[in-house]
Amino acid sequence: MANPRAWDTERALTKIKELEHLPGALLPILHALQDEFGYVDKAAIPLIAGALNLSHAEVHGVISFYHDFRHAPPGKHVLKMCRAEACQSMGCESTIRHVEKRLGVRLGETTDDRSFTVDAVYCLGNCALSPAVMLDGKLYGRVSREVADFLIDSAQRHA
Amino acid sequence: MSVKVYVPCDAAAVSVGADAVAKSVAEQISSRRLNATLVRNGSRGMFWLEPLVEVETPQGRIAYGPVSVDSVASLFDAGFLEGKAHALRLGPTEEIPFLKRQERLTFARCGITDPLSLSDYVSHGGYRGLERALKLAPEAIVEEVTNSGLRGRGGAGFPTGIKWRTVLNTSAEQKYIVCNADEGDSGTYADRMIMEGDPFVLIEGMTIAGIAVGATSGYIYLRSEYPHAFRTLRRAISIAYDKGYLGENVAGSGKRFDLDVRMGAGAYICGEETSLLESLEGKRGQIRFKPPLPAIRGLFGKPTVINNVISLATVPIILDKGGEYYKNFGMGRSRGTLTIQLAGNIKHGGLVEKAFGLSLRDAIYEFGGGTASGRPLRAVQVGGPLGAYFPESLLDTPLDYEAFAERKGMLGHGGVVVFDDTVDLAHQARFAMEFCAVESCGKCTPCRVGSTRGVEVIDKIVADQDRTRNLELLDDLCEVLTDGSLCALGGLIPYPVQSAIRHFPEDFHKPAPPHPANGSAVADKVPGKVEERQSWR
Repeated sequence: MANPRAWDTERALTKIKELEHLPGALLPILHALQDEFGYVDKAAIPLIAGALNLSHAEVHGVISFYHDFRHAPPGKHVLKMCRAEACQSMGCESTIRHVEKRLGVRLGETTDDRSFTVDAVYCLGNCALSPAVMLDGKLYGRVSREVADFLIDSAQRHA
Repeated sequence: MSVKVYVPCDAAAVSVGADAVAKSVAEQISSRRLNATLVRNGSRGMFWLEPLVEVETPQGRIAYGPVSVDSVASLFDAGFLEGKAHALRLGPTEEIPFLKRQERLTFARCGITDPLSLSDYVSHGGYRGLERALKLAPEAIVEEVTNSGLRGRGGAGFPTGIKWRTVLNTSAEQKYIVCNADEGDSGTYADRMIMEGDPFVLIEGMTIAGIAVGATSGYIYLRSEYPHAFRTLRRAISIAYDKGYLGENVAGSGKRFDLDVRMGAGAYICGEETSLLESLEGKRGQIRFKPPLPAIRGLFGKPTVINNVISLATVPIILDKGGEYYKNFGMGRSRGTLTIQLAGNIKHGGLVEKAFGLSLRDAIYEFGGGTASGRPLRAVQVGGPLGAYFPESLLDTPLDYEAFAERKGMLGHGGVVVFDDTVDLAHQARFAMEFCAVESCGKCTPCRVGSTRGVEVIDKIVADQDRTRNLELLDDLCEVLTDGSLCALGGLIPYPVQSAIRHFPEDFHKPAPPHPANGSAVADKVPGKVEERQSWR
């Protein structure tokens, strides 16, 4: 995963300026900020509110509604593990428990050394090759415990 | 002439190594100085064979699979560029029984062409539907779609022609076409496959819709879990603009149609059409009261056609071959083809496009080959997380909207998730409520509060606390959700729960497990389930 930059007001304003003309610009702006910084900093709220003529509460409400938007920077690697029905039928919960134990976190948390964030996701559209996970934006299928270990090992090697 | 070698670029194929295989194929071609070209096609939808590599020979395309990086050199050694024998050789692709028995209309090109080659698209029948639409009056285009009997493939099965007619008949200075590509149901991937494997067919379908109803602007609302599809759509849209199929003068007709793709942000509820519209407008994805219908007051308050990906991607063939042609497939009031997605614990998982009416049993056994684990099948969930769990005894149900409704099930988007005999239906029922709690938009109380109460009641039933009364309470709660919820999320979540109880009562009457940590050990997203968070540190 590309190393996100540290929060930078000027840079955020540039991103907002690029997109504010779009109809329904709020989600595109939030995605752009998260792509840039890895999360949406609280400091972005007044900037966006000003640009789109919204209240702070409206912007905050949108950020908090969607599962995707983070309030703090994620770990270096982001592992999204599907726990929807098709993946359950192929034993995803056992893989998830294994990964949770190995990394010492639960779904939704980041490891203490900030190397991994592990998130639950509900369907990655890879249901014929369950269980599925997405590591740093790349999709993987048939992820048994062994494959999960392999993925984590590789990510750690290329840390 | 250069031999074409096809390695899919579909995300599912890539998820089991297609990119690495493609790289290796390219290296072999170059190091052996062969006259061959690598093409990245969409997937044929036979996922158990992915990465499925094809070679174009004078005898047609020959398939090899599943190909791993380690086997690439041996394929070249064996002379696979001439279609010669190898342990992985599957024969002519079109003769593989899984594919041969299908009726591919919407997916006619998927897996065959290079998804981003507009010339491939046009030489395989692309843009013929638009060409015909441009010769027709708007009413005649809508009439053709109405006559085809096409019903919304997103799940609700509402007649597409009627939606279009309403928008056509509503006058406004601006109208919109919105494609619902928020394919959130577990067990479904048809939208993803077509967007990655044949994106121009969706663009063409939306353009036809725009011309039919007088809309000059369109949006594809795509879920963020599909980054591959996002990149493909972005590139396809830009190619269509460059070649004059989008923009101010569509195919030289003087008519305008602009198209953009927008990304969702991980909210299942945004697959509900009014939530989707709110989200597109940049708001929380909370559902709207209906009426007014989106066809009257939709995106930014304007008349809007909002259809699923498969519905819109089916429009070009209907315009090309005529509504009558399409209508001749299917049964009863379910006309045309259904894209069945075999998923979960299934040996041959993949996409089956077939006229409505195939039985669930034939889909699972004739096409799917039974369970992947080899254990007996115990339950099948059709129609995503809001669909019912069917037992073995209901497998003869034909895949048809009405037949499923009669059996208190739902065909939905055509996802079929198979479970073997290790499944615990009480656990699945609990998961359904938990999912509803995580994904509820919070607007109506039955769904927002009822889902969390549902998790608690099921936990009590499993723990054998006052079981009979809690089963009654759950039934009562389901009735409130069904009758009192504003949209299909709360309204249909009783389907999986009550079908589990109805068909698999034994799973709700087991002896209580030894400790109360029953259900999911990973259930930390549900309010009140955050115990032991630090215990492993």
